[in-house]
Amino acid sequence: MSIEVTGVNKRYGDFVALEDINLTIPTGQLTALLGPSGGGKTTLLRVIAGLETPDSGSVVIEGNDATSLPVQKRNVGFVFQHYAAFKHLSVAKNVAFGLEIRKRPRAEIQAKVAELLELVHLSQFANRLPSQLSGGQRQRMALARALAIEPSVLLLDEPFGALDAKVRKELRDWLRRLHDEVHVTTVFVTHDQEEALEVADEIVVVNQGGIEQIGTPEQLYDEPANDFVMSFLGDVTTLGGALIRPHDVEVTPSPISEHSLEGTVSRVLRIGFEVRLTVLTDDGEVVTAELTRTHARALQLEEGVNVFVTPSPGAYTMPAPSPAA
Amino acid sequence: MAETRRAPRTPLTYVLRLVVIAYLCLLVAWPVVLVGWNAFHVPDVGFTTEAFAGIFSDPQMMHAIRLTCIAAVVATLINLVFGVSISLLLVRTEFPGKRILSALIDLPLSVSPIVVGLALVLVYGGRDGWFGPALESAGIQVIFSTPGIIMATAFVSLPLVIREVIPVLEEIGTEQEQAAASLGASSWQTFWRITLPGIKWAVVYGVVLTLARSLGEFGAVKVVSGNVLGQTRTATLAVEEKYLNFDQQGAYAVAFLLASVSVVCILIVFVLRARGARVR
Repeated sequence: MSIEVTGVNKRYGDFVALEDINLTIPTGQLTALLGPSGGGKTTLLRVIAGLETPDSGSVVIEGNDATSLPVQKRNVGFVFQHYAAFKHLSVAKNVAFGLEIRKRPRAEIQAKVAELLELVHLSQFANRLPSQLSGGQRQRMALARALAIEPSVLLLDEPFGALDAKVRKELRDWLRRLHDEVHVTTVFVTHDQEEALEVADEIVVVNQGGIEQIGTPEQLYDEPANDFVMSFLGDVTTLGGALIRPHDVEVTPSPISEHSLEGTVSRVLRIGFEVRLTVLTDDGEVVTAELTRTHARALQLEEGVNVFVTPSPGAYTMPAPSPAA
Repeated sequence: MAETRRAPRTPLTYVLRLVVIAYLCLLVAWPVVLVGWNAFHVPDVGFTTEAFAGIFSDPQMMHAIRLTCIAAVVATLINLVFGVSISLLLVRTEFPGKRILSALIDLPLSVSPIVVGLALVLVYGGRDGWFGPALESAGIQVIFSTPGIIMATAFVSLPLVIREVIPVLEEIGTEQEQAAASLGASSWQTFWRITLPGIKWAVVYGVVLTLARSLGEFGAVKVVSGNVLGQTRTATLAVEEKYLNFDQQGAYAVAFLLASVSVVCILIVFVLRARGARVR
């Protein structure tokens, strides 16, 4: 087991950032710490890196107790949301930094830097300054810089958070492929559930200083441990007093089972290929359903039409929390 | 960088420009130019460099200039080291009394230099200062001697490096330093390789300002130096002495020298900054 976090607590004044965190992150995997802003996921990452000191608890990295080790001695690669590029150094010098600190022979440094720049597709920019790169290029440079020291774990704090949507998506795919090549144990923080579901081998859902659930993307999506995880990982709606995903709601002109509820379409919203329906049932429940464009057209759905809504067979549902909770 | 939007030019724009230019000319440029003019121009004689020859052939005058240079350079070095460390302390750490310390640093700018001189005499005066007699018995004379002149100079120019460096330190933030630490750099290595290059231009600017201010210090030095000819008389004190003794030509010549050094300092910064901006 690569990283073991045991009983970690961290407070800032009255604010509890982390409360009794126990977490094991396996070697060689890509793990996402997923959660809303202010939930403690970045603090947890910084505790693992040694950039924050926990009030109590321990951090073990590759079998060595790192709790009292300063960040310099932990041999972790850390990538910051805003790149933290060394502005006065060229791209190559940025990547070489950790190796120069370690006083490696010059030829070895040059070879390693060339290899890493090749890996992150920045070879032709070796002599540029960071200010002459785009955001995505800067983040790739930061990643190469972190990988140069051959870290035992690679930690990324919202690595794509400052980039625009298209570059984000590209870099996300690229990170997944890079990880398949390099195989270093990687932990990244994100508040974007799509990013976590797409990239990670394992997801740790962090909320209000605690861990809600740990599992593979499939486990989390299909069998969420509680309503928070269910609603954080995707859209949810209520149907017959139960939480359900809108794409698991069947919309039909006539009832198809004893669970079918009658209602009227109150809103039709088209987003690209999908159509989002709001149905007001006769019991006064507001149900959201998602259908494809073709399906919706076949049913001739428009506002005011009478329909029946039914949970799809095999759909995952859980009891909706009472409004007071 | 975002494009700067300019207000449309109206007659008011030109009036404002005229007012600013007139103000700067009448208050700064014209008087300073006149000092230079009078240093070279003697009524009824015309242009001459006689006054400058007089300075360079007068050993006591040369001593005064040398003393000024020594005091200014040493005071600047002290304020460079002290200024950079206190800026780091104020920006990068939290401690009780930080705001008081921050306010205290501006004191030398707001207090009259003559008060600074008197205060130093009270503490380090050889006969009845608070700390002076003890130092004197150890063989160190502060007041009426070079150490006192350096201290007075350092005191009045203390905030200049700090006030240049602090905003830049705040702007560059701590992420680069944290990244360096995560790559294995010790705090000393992080300072030399990351922090110092980041604040380089602020430090250069602060040093030049400090040097310019130190060369021209008069009030505080006058009190602590004793103004002994050939020993503790600095260049600025010599200007006053010459002026009061009706050697106006000589006074203008020394004044011109002092002003030239300051102007050169500012020019150096101007060129360096322009180059720095191009690199960035």
